[in-house]
Amino acid sequence: MKVNVYVTLKPGVLDPQGKAIHHALEGLGFTGVADVRAGRFIELDVADGTSDADLDAMCARLLANTVIENYRIERA
Amino acid sequence: MKTAVIVFPGSNCDRDMAVALETITGKAPAMVWHRESELPAGTDFIALPGGFSYGDYLRSGAMAARSPILRAVAAAAGRGVPVLGVCNGFQVLTEAGLLPGALMRNAGLNFVCRTVPLKVENSQSLFTASYSSDEEIRIPVAHHDGNYFADEDTLDRIEGEGRVAFRYLDSVNGSARDIAGVLSDAGNVLGMMPHPERAIDRAHGGTDGLRLFEAALGALA
Repeated sequence: MKVNVYVTLKPGVLDPQGKAIHHALEGLGFTGVADVRAGRFIELDVADGTSDADLDAMCARLLANTVIENYRIERA
Repeated sequence: MKTAVIVFPGSNCDRDMAVALETITGKAPAMVWHRESELPAGTDFIALPGGFSYGDYLRSGAMAARSPILRAVAAAAGRGVPVLGVCNGFQVLTEAGLLPGALMRNAGLNFVCRTVPLKVENSQSLFTASYSSDEEIRIPVAHHDGNYFADEDTLDRIEGEGRVAFRYLDSVNGSARDIAGVLSDAGNVLGMMPHPERAIDRAHGGTDGLRLFEAALGALA
């Protein structure tokens, strides 16, 4: 079973990489981009029947650093 | 005295750290591989060196913080054994939850490699007792992910508890409140981005790092 995990910086945490990407987009002439936040996408292939609790623990204990990041789990 | 340096795949300051420890103790530290599940019996000082453990995969220090030896390090820290994490070692300690906060990409996005002035914020700790309060010292930094972050409540709390050991006097990496080094609640764990082991010999261009090792290891002798 495929599971998609989206790890994003918490609101309020400065994202220098997002800022640099934003700046580069403007440099390419794409105006009207208000903000850019960069995150991480992780694709898991797990056993069918893997519980929500296990998936949550994987994210909380390793895939995301919950000091600075939020995560969202999506069963594909 | 028995000291130990933890070595991860990708550590690159482990030898410098070993030289610093041996300079003070006269005895080579045990070099402990990340796959070990126990520290040598009677270890009374642990150092986590700089480098790029596990290639900085996922996040700097993230994989190392989940390696078998870190469980032993955490247990030793809980018993009061001093633990010093420098640069990647600091990142490992925050990822392992032994220190608050997180170290993010430098605000300027560039790798920063130079000697920087620091202010000794707390001169009462095990690691900083040989410095004077508010003393300015010069220690090299070399990192890409040294931008210290913690939420405002955590920053207020660690400042209030005297747990900020060092602050940058220059703008170096965008760290919250210019924090360069943080102590644990009990004071026996110190994480810092600057490299004191690179400032222990006059040939290094400065010896301000030497006193940190003298204080921490002298207190144990």
